[in-house]
Amino acid sequence: MAAGSPPVPSGKTAIPFYRDTRVIAIIAQVVFALAVIALIWFLYSNMINGLRQANLLPTFSFLSVPAGFPIAESVIEYDPSMTYGRAFVVGILNTVRVAGIGIILATLLGLILGIARLSDNWLLRNVALVYVEIVRNVPLLLQLIFWFSLTRLFPRIQESISVFDLIFLHNRGITLAWPQAANDFEAWMQWVYGGIVIGVIFYVVRRIQFARRDRPGVALPYAFLIAFGVGLIGFFVTYAVNGVWPVSLSIPELQRFNFVGGITVTNSFAAMLVGLVIYTAVFIGEIVRSGILAVSKGQREAARALGLTPGQTMRLVILPQALRVIIPPLTSQYLNLTKNSSLAIAIAYPDLFYIANTINNQTGQAVPVILMLMASYLSVSLLTSLFMNWYNRRIQLVER
Amino acid sequence: MRKSVIVILTGLLSLVLAACGGQAQQAPTTAPAQPATTAPEQPTAAPAQPAPTAAPAATAAPAGGTTNQPAAGGQIERILARGTLICGVNNNPLPGFASVDSAGVYRGFDIDFCRAVAAALFDDPNKIDFRPLSAQERFTALQSGEIDVLIRNSTWTLGRDGNLGLDWAPTTFYDGQGMMVRKDSGIETLEDMDGATICVQTGTTTELNLADQFRARGLTFTPVVFQDGDSTRAAYDAGQCDGFTTDKSGLVSSLTLLSNPADHKILDVTMSKEPLGPAVRQGDPQWFDAVRWIVFATFQAEEYGITSQNLNEFLNSDVPEIRRFLGIEGDLAGGIGLPNDFAVRIIRHVGNYKEIYDRNLGPDTPFNLPRGLNALYTEGGLLYSPPFR
Repeated sequence: MAAGSPPVPSGKTAIPFYRDTRVIAIIAQVVFALAVIALIWFLYSNMINGLRQANLLPTFSFLSVPAGFPIAESVIEYDPSMTYGRAFVVGILNTVRVAGIGIILATLLGLILGIARLSDNWLLRNVALVYVEIVRNVPLLLQLIFWFSLTRLFPRIQESISVFDLIFLHNRGITLAWPQAANDFEAWMQWVYGGIVIGVIFYVVRRIQFARRDRPGVALPYAFLIAFGVGLIGFFVTYAVNGVWPVSLSIPELQRFNFVGGITVTNSFAAMLVGLVIYTAVFIGEIVRSGILAVSKGQREAARALGLTPGQTMRLVILPQALRVIIPPLTSQYLNLTKNSSLAIAIAYPDLFYIANTINNQTGQAVPVILMLMASYLSVSLLTSLFMNWYNRRIQLVER
Repeated sequence: MRKSVIVILTGLLSLVLAACGGQAQQAPTTAPAQPATTAPEQPTAAPAQPAPTAAPAATAAPAGGTTNQPAAGGQIERILARGTLICGVNNNPLPGFASVDSAGVYRGFDIDFCRAVAAALFDDPNKIDFRPLSAQERFTALQSGEIDVLIRNSTWTLGRDGNLGLDWAPTTFYDGQGMMVRKDSGIETLEDMDGATICVQTGTTTELNLADQFRARGLTFTPVVFQDGDSTRAAYDAGQCDGFTTDKSGLVSSLTLLSNPADHKILDVTMSKEPLGPAVRQGDPQWFDAVRWIVFATFQAEEYGITSQNLNEFLNSDVPEIRRFLGIEGDLAGGIGLPNDFAVRIIRHVGNYKEIYDRNLGPDTPFNLPRGLNALYTEGGLLYSPPFR
């Protein structure tokens, strides 16, 4: 090590280089870096040797091989003759699907819960308290299995509970009547696209106008209204022109084994979603509560003194300020929810972790599969963080 | 924004380092001792070695280990030194094959083969650590060396043998995939099951066969795939699936655990070949041989009619091939690292194949499975042991 160190500054009072703190600092860092590299190198070569002996050298070539295993539900088209790579993407999308919907619902429920816990209503406050204390003290896996077991108590599919023959509840999930594209769907979609374009143009124009006049204004709700209105007009125009609605309702019909038509939300997905939402909402609720309590009491009193109703006080004064405290820990909860979705395998929901495990089991390529798995969760989490950090900064700016 | 980018970069960097840090990092590690020449060398496990002589020796070692007969310190020595055999078994009760009885003792067909291996090594069928594994965990556990041998109704296939780095000992149970349905469903054949929902366990050959069989017949189905056998069976039992598929032996075994076994039937169709047998990690031919011949010994003992009851009579036999089999003459087993009397140990503690089969699956058990293919070749089955000589 010493050979590589810089020359010692010469001089009468020069201290030996090994007592020079500057040199020592550099040497220490080099030694530390080498130690880290040596450790990584040792682990890596050890792994490669072990894998070579077992004839299992890592490769990614399996990604283009047909997977062969079926997956119960998928956002994109999938069948067993498609590749492992495709199966992996199916897994990512299934995870994003349950996590995305879960985050939205958990936020809403958590917000209500946080406000409820601070309510003046004794009953509401204590119901919320009991809910929080029970749910956050029971492991999530247990809760998922509980919800999944509950779905077993529903009747068999042949004896489904029917709600107006549009919604059917059974122990394989919930089957709903669902809109589907009819003949003139394409014609209508052009109206919809047109509406979106007009809405965007309206929004941009209004924004520029506001900026020119240097006056604040509201544009977004009107833009949505315009886009929606154009779509709605198109809907009726299409009907008037062709005599057929562009969208029809697909009514589920019980065939021999399963419902055909409509959409079926599987019991696994439902249990997964309910479990994640109920569990995460508790933590979000506590974060919301802490955020609200962090806003000084004077703000509320001032708002009331101005004559705002309690609802307006909460919506216009308290929550916007509480958001600054809420957002950073909320991000952690979003990430937790996403990562907790990897428990899905216990209740037969084919999420990313489950599919990656199956791929690993069939190909024996543990190292590449685990790396892909880690990279996928990391990417999803980092994207969530990026978005939330951006939102956080936006909130801060608005406040100043 | 900048911070996030740094976070991403750090994350990516660590991944890259972990994934392919190999050759690039060789240079800094060896640099102080030997600047340029060793850098492009094959990776070695010992970066601290002085360069010139060590480099070729070190590169030869890992390559040689895969092909040559393993030296001392092989799997058998390791097991003997440890004092127990670690045997991977089913984590879900599969009565007849692997389950825990009311006294907490593991029992079953697969378990008895674990015991046979332990008996051959230690002369004691109880020196075993049972490691319960799910279908998904089992091969990883074996690949990583967490278990010595996997006896968990695992099907021997080309893909697993080749791609998973495993070796299969002779098949102990010839099975085929079946389908269980409710009697009142009116299903008689697979063709009746178009559009059905089917429960299956993940990480199994049955999961793959199911897809193949239905695709070949042009039928659609919805899979409900569980991680463990218990959940799969429970979902079927609750009516969440129209059918439940696994190996036929597994179906027979599961039938006894359903809430109302009389309501269910197993279709008269065999969807695949499922040869089940012990598997070991590739890379130690001696250990593989040992497991292989332990299985053969149970076949051969049945062929000779040697049982745990009449073993002592045979020990006095003067028929040369029986004396060789029982290790009284010659030193045959030394070549595979087993004691000469390993067959005696197996028969005394566990019994021959027929005893193992009858104890767990035979007429006196609730399963009463006919031997079928699992009879000796002399009786129309497939069990055939190479000669012990």
